[in-house]
Amino acid sequence: MNHLIVAPIVLPAVLAPFIIMVLRHHLSLQRIFSVAGTVALLGIALALLGMTLNGQVYVYELGDWPAPFGIVMVLDRLSALMVLLTAMLAMAVVLYSIGSGWDNRGRHFHALLQFQLMGVCGAFLTGDAFNLFVFFEVLLIASYGLMIHGGGPRRLRAGVQYVVYNLLGSTLFLFALGTLYAVTGTLNMADLAVRVAEMSPDDTALLRVGAVLLLLVFCVKAAVLPLHFWLPTSYANAPLPVSALFAIMTKVGAYSILRIYTLVFGPDVEATAGLVGDWLLPAAMLTLAVGSIGILGTKIINRMIAFGAIASMGTLLISIALFTPTGTEAAIYYMIHSTIATALLFLVADQVRERRGIRIRSHSPMPQAGLIAGLFFVGGIAMAGMPPLSGFVGKLLVMDAARQSTDFGMIWAVILISSFITIVGFARSGSIIFWRSHDPDFIDTPEPEVEVEGTEDEHAKEPAPEPNPGVAFTAVFGLVALLVLLTVFAGPVLEFSAETAAQLYEPSIYIDAVLHGGQK
Amino acid sequence: MSLFLIAALPFLGAVFPALLIRAGRNASSASAGATTFLALLGLLVNAPAVFRGEVVTARFDWLPGLGLNANFYLDGLGFLFAGLILGIGLLIILYARFYLSREDPMGQFYTYLLLFQGAMVGIVLSDNILLLLIFWELTSLSSFLLIGYWKHLPAGRQGARMALAVTGSGGLAMIAGMLILGNVVSSYDLTVILQNKELIQASPYYMPALILILLGAFTKSAQFPFHFWLPHAMAAPTPVSAYLHSATMVKAGLFLMARMWPVLAGTDAWFYIVATTGLITMVLGAVIALFKDDLKALLAFSTVSHLGLITMLLGFGTKIAAVVAVFHIINHATFKAALFMSAGIIDHETHTRDIKRLGGLRHLMPVTFVIATVAALSMAGIPPLNGFLSKEMMLEEAVHTTWLNSPYLVPGVVLIAALFSATYSFRFIAHVFLGPKRDDYPAKPHDPGVGMWLAPAILVTLVILIGLFSKAIVGPLVAVASGAVIGGGELPYYSLKIWHGFTPALYMSIVATVGAIVLLSVHGRFEQIWNAIPRPEAKVIFDAIIGGMTALSRKITEGLHNRSMARYSAIFVVFVVSLAGYAYYTGTDSVPTRIGIEPGIMPIIGWICLMGATICLVVFHHNRFVSLVLVGVVGLIISIGFNYLSAPDLALTQISVEVVTIILLLLALNFMPKETPWETTNERRFRDVIIAGISGLGVGGLIYALMMRDFAFPSISEFHLANSYKGGGGTNVVNVILVDFRGFDTFGEIIVLGIAALVIYALTEAVLGTRVRAHLLNRKPDMPQSGDAHPLMMVVVTRVMMPIALMVAAYIFFRGHNLPGGGFIAGLIAAIAFIMQYMASGFSWAAERQKVFYHGIIGSGVLIAAITGMGAWLNGKPFLTSAFGYIHWPPLEEFEWATAMGFDLGVFLAVVGAVMLALESLSRFAWQPGIASEHAMDINPARDDDEIDEKKEV
Repeated sequence: MNHLIVAPIVLPAVLAPFIIMVLRHHLSLQRIFSVAGTVALLGIALALLGMTLNGQVYVYELGDWPAPFGIVMVLDRLSALMVLLTAMLAMAVVLYSIGSGWDNRGRHFHALLQFQLMGVCGAFLTGDAFNLFVFFEVLLIASYGLMIHGGGPRRLRAGVQYVVYNLLGSTLFLFALGTLYAVTGTLNMADLAVRVAEMSPDDTALLRVGAVLLLLVFCVKAAVLPLHFWLPTSYANAPLPVSALFAIMTKVGAYSILRIYTLVFGPDVEATAGLVGDWLLPAAMLTLAVGSIGILGTKIINRMIAFGAIASMGTLLISIALFTPTGTEAAIYYMIHSTIATALLFLVADQVRERRGIRIRSHSPMPQAGLIAGLFFVGGIAMAGMPPLSGFVGKLLVMDAARQSTDFGMIWAVILISSFITIVGFARSGSIIFWRSHDPDFIDTPEPEVEVEGTEDEHAKEPAPEPNPGVAFTAVFGLVALLVLLTVFAGPVLEFSAETAAQLYEPSIYIDAVLHGGQK
Repeated sequence: MSLFLIAALPFLGAVFPALLIRAGRNASSASAGATTFLALLGLLVNAPAVFRGEVVTARFDWLPGLGLNANFYLDGLGFLFAGLILGIGLLIILYARFYLSREDPMGQFYTYLLLFQGAMVGIVLSDNILLLLIFWELTSLSSFLLIGYWKHLPAGRQGARMALAVTGSGGLAMIAGMLILGNVVSSYDLTVILQNKELIQASPYYMPALILILLGAFTKSAQFPFHFWLPHAMAAPTPVSAYLHSATMVKAGLFLMARMWPVLAGTDAWFYIVATTGLITMVLGAVIALFKDDLKALLAFSTVSHLGLITMLLGFGTKIAAVVAVFHIINHATFKAALFMSAGIIDHETHTRDIKRLGGLRHLMPVTFVIATVAALSMAGIPPLNGFLSKEMMLEEAVHTTWLNSPYLVPGVVLIAALFSATYSFRFIAHVFLGPKRDDYPAKPHDPGVGMWLAPAILVTLVILIGLFSKAIVGPLVAVASGAVIGGGELPYYSLKIWHGFTPALYMSIVATVGAIVLLSVHGRFEQIWNAIPRPEAKVIFDAIIGGMTALSRKITEGLHNRSMARYSAIFVVFVVSLAGYAYYTGTDSVPTRIGIEPGIMPIIGWICLMGATICLVVFHHNRFVSLVLVGVVGLIISIGFNYLSAPDLALTQISVEVVTIILLLLALNFMPKETPWETTNERRFRDVIIAGISGLGVGGLIYALMMRDFAFPSISEFHLANSYKGGGGTNVVNVILVDFRGFDTFGEIIVLGIAALVIYALTEAVLGTRVRAHLLNRKPDMPQSGDAHPLMMVVVTRVMMPIALMVAAYIFFRGHNLPGGGFIAGLIAAIAFIMQYMASGFSWAAERQKVFYHGIIGSGVLIAAITGMGAWLNGKPFLTSAFGYIHWPPLEEFEWATAMGFDLGVFLAVVGAVMLALESLSRFAWQPGIASEHAMDINPARDDDEIDEKKEV
């Protein structure tokens, strides 16, 4: 049994209490340990990904109890990829927070961040539905702590909405798990898959309720309309590096949908036929539409990017909702892209915020305008799915995959029109932020306050960052480099995605590994 | 040179101008020029092969999974365009060096220009339509940057946005069109697609693909009704206008139509869509151009008109028309680029582009005069210049074209267009250069240095040479390029020469030229009429559309996301309940397999209490104290219920959680208003009652359905019961599940608890860091306070209870593995023991006697649990594997040990730490400097207060 599988969870779970116990008054030491821990996590994630390349599914039985009676961690291509994505994102966020001084604007930033990583990695690795709930709780409470990091009335108010809405989701999760357990008598995912497949066709009603409730839980996390309401305000008000980290949180929802609805309630399961893709696809299209409309319709940079995150979740879920191997292949590629692009934009937005506040209106010129404008341009291109970055490749992949769907005309129309709105939105905000500021004749008339969120002054009042922009820019450029690599090496990445999708649509490998002790 | 390198060179070279600008403007422009020159050289190296009729290819599998590969090929058409792009690009770089002023960031300019150039070369060399799409959108993006280059001009920003919106959206439509096309042919490679004419034209997807692709081409090439963006793009510096918006980018649409000509042309749909659009654009552009006073606007509309002309020729669908189209592309590029550069020179020297303020420049700027006049005459179609040749051929084709059975429509409209075209060309010459010298120029005009006029001079030389010796100079080029357009097969007969005899085309030319002179003479009056006619202004319409879109988006976004939690949760509940209901009713429900139990008297009493408390809670929830009490009642009954239903562990946990939560809530309530405001209307409340009622009934129904049935399969809990003692070493299966079977869940949950406490702490810190702190310090209690805050009785009792409570906690902890209890409950009990001390003697008093910090306790708890779990690694077992055994220490009975105990200790510590940290954090809100009393209680009979007072006075 390879202990490395559980390392992405145990490492941050040990590091965080250590930071709390020993280092809580030493910011510089916290930084060193946090960075070191994240580097180690990155190494572990790479090693795990390497392990899965041969197509094997690895199982780690916690407490040495066999599945389905104990909890198992399962490592396959998808979970390894997600852990790696998390680690890469975390690296950027940790460096950025240190470089921008954000970690010094409240207490326990690094400990909470490590706990958050533990929760996210756990959710990706676990093979047990109840354990998934536990990790959802870990990442929720840690993310709440990170979200309100630094304080301020507006942030705290947004935080309450965030946590209350997600607690609603958690309650629903418990209902769903209770229902599934009461029907099938198990909560191990592989075991659930076996039992659901054997379920009598005369007794499907409650199983269907359980399946749909669980899907709704994941949809809350993945910000699918109309369950996305927690996202715009909370992402827009969180410290921006934290919002960048949250780019992976919506992916937890997407991952869970991908996992459960290929493994347990796959497209071939008759008991839950017509429950998943049939409404998820239109909901995803609506998500994309509302997200892109939000990009155009908001006056605050943070909020605009938050809607961008919603829009990209829409595209991602369209691809997932096809529930075909090619659709999933595209989804996996797009998921990597969307995570990095969203995070990049949030970090760039933080640079803009530091220089001129978060409102999209003209302003006196800011320092390093050229550099920031360039980065914003790159991020906008990525988010809008324009060439030459991976967003365009991803969009083509999703559209190409949708060809097999009967609704392909509709899907294409939604994707393309949303792209158009996104382009107009980014062109508008970008030219106002970066170009209009140069207009010497422009008279700065304050726009009417339609936002009820208060004024930007709260944000402006945050203590000045420590002068270490080099580290912060390293993180930003690291994300840009990742996007470029993702584009240049689209071929190999797509190949990996295809193999991952193939593995997902062959659930017997997973089930055999978990229940019949395939590879330990 | 490899095609990869040709396409990549401009991108690679784009870095240099931006960097080398620090070494001076010459270095910057020279690097841009050198890059372009290298690429051009690379292209020319391939010329012999192309002229031999070969197709040069370079292939690289980039994304075979999608069919998106970096495949390039170079045929006649690609060669022609690449030559134009790089050749004119070189001239533009030279021109721009002298055109841009010192204030303009030149490095940026050349970088953008090279990016654009690379994208353009990419389009014309792509052998893969998806790759072509990438370059296509890249030209939109780089043109956005170039149009907005002068950031200080509002017109630049708006023009850039408009161009991006129009050409970008066309590009998006084209994505769909190309995907359909690729789907029909099952390949995205152009070379494959071009060989499947029958397949494509027979496909039911031909029409959608055609329309979508044409949308891309028309928007890019500024065809009616998308022509309006091009004049606004003229806000760009003139070299950009000359390059992008006359010679190259706008021709990308033409290129695409020419490229796709072999498979898309030849149908009625093609003819009527493309030829008609071209015709309308041609005449519209020509007419509007005549009335533009801005030199660049005039040229912009004339470009629109000429693009329409070429589109129309391609739309005719005949081979000979395609040849003419190719020829005119070359001619238009030469004279129009020269004209733009001349306009730029005039603007640069006179500081105005307004024709009304110019005139008589021929004496002041003779060189410019010659260049501009030759180019404008070519544009007007005057022999022996090259514009005349292709216009003659175009007129010839128009004469032979029937449009909806009418043989006169096309020639008639074309004649009008030619007339206006000649008129505005003459106007350009007459109103700028001829006439008397004026003395009110904004700046004193004179010819520029050679650097600026060299580039247009070269182009004008070409204009003359092509006109005179067309066959020798461009004959082979037209032949190979047209061959590529018509897709193999014999080239039709054509002749590139000036004199074709007395043909209808010649008569039309003469009519147009003579008419133009007449028209120009009455231009002034004509203009008054034109200005009097109301016309739709494209920019106004476009701005209205975009503005409307933005406003609508804002309305939708803000309307939908109004930040009302009540609405968000209502939507949540309704959506969840309806989907769950749908799932239930579309499934099949089995017959209940269990029978309900007859309720005894105790459960009924409990039920009534529960219901009563809940209803009261709903009614009295505005009073926070009352609702807290009622919540306590609910919790208590649930605990009793657990106990009644034989779940003592749950009952114990529930009741201790209840106690701790209520205490913490009471503490929090201390700082809050005691009543919640009434803010909902009756209708809202009614709506919410309905929603809440339905969801409650839904949950109740679900639970009822679940309880009335058995597991469909044997539950895994049987394994737990069977293995609890054998494998876990404990007889209390609940505890063994918590610390062993599913210890990992517990591990996660104690972390959740720990994080929650940390978050409360961090939150407190954040809040106390603001002015809230001052507010709290000056807080007036809103309720009468007890005079005896730390009563004697309470202090005494809690002191006595402390060791007992801790003892109980220890007892509960140790018996946990076999009997109800365990670390979690023990932790809560211990926490209650400490909380009692805080309550009795006050936070400050207790805090002073605190030796260990709660952060550390939480941390140590989690760490102990983790280390216990990792201990198993030493044994070669997975994380959290427990071991147990028996020890016999002589005086004691033999007792059992289990590593799970260590884990449970971690749970215990984490719980104690978390609860206490939460308490401490909340208490800090009330803390004020110097409130710590040195006495445990306010009134102490054993103490002589007077004595102390006296001491103080002393």
